[in-house]
Amino acid sequence: MAEAKKKFLYVNRKAPYGTIYALESLEVVLIGAAFEQEVALAFLDDGVFDLIEGQDTAGIGMKNFSKTYRALGDFEVRKLYVERESLEERGLSQADLMPIVYEDENEDYAEKPSIHLVDRAEMARLIGESDVVLSF
Amino acid sequence: MSTLHTVNKSPFERGSMATAFGHVLEGDAVLTIEDGVYGVRKGGTFAKTIAEALARCEVYALGPDLAARGMKPEDLAEGVKVVGYDGFVDLAASHARVCAWL
Repeated sequence: MAEAKKKFLYVNRKAPYGTIYALESLEVVLIGAAFEQEVALAFLDDGVFDLIEGQDTAGIGMKNFSKTYRALGDFEVRKLYVERESLEERGLSQADLMPIVYEDENEDYAEKPSIHLVDRAEMARLIGESDVVLSF
Repeated sequence: MSTLHTVNKSPFERGSMATAFGHVLEGDAVLTIEDGVYGVRKGGTFAKTIAEALARCEVYALGPDLAARGMKPEDLAEGVKVVGYDGFVDLAASHARVCAWL
């Protein structure tokens, strides 16, 4: 099929374990990755908690799916945009997030960061540049 | 090309309406539906937010959702327009993308 690639943006605005949204989003991203589209993820509002380091769900009987974010690079999902204002409102900084990297096949598989901090205005522009916005 | 933002939750319950207005670009439209319509009543906490947003974008409320909740067009903040389901379709079709704020 010679159809042009579309830019998909998955908008994550919910914390990981109180509702099913964050996990559902991640599953849709992994399914969508099979269709070879241009995929980016946005994390804002409570969605920034999805990427926090050191999650341990052993005591609540739920799957710790935070590790899956670290595997996204292997599925060609390499753009994770995190809103700076959302982090700051919650007393967080990038140092509190998991280091998520991908291997760049064009540069001898050098590890490069997938997470990019953007401010609110930049996030608004990213939404405005997407072909399809999927909200969670 | 512009974006249609939809808001379906009361801003008194969660922050999605505030976030939507925080990510609106010039020429976008915001359509409140379901409990989102509670946010565009006149004289409420969000009247100022809406007045500021109207300088950059159009703000709409879905008529059937207003009616179901006992709200009339005259109850809405100034500048907020009412559309029906057909208007919802027109808005979705006339913008490049729809961004739902849940």
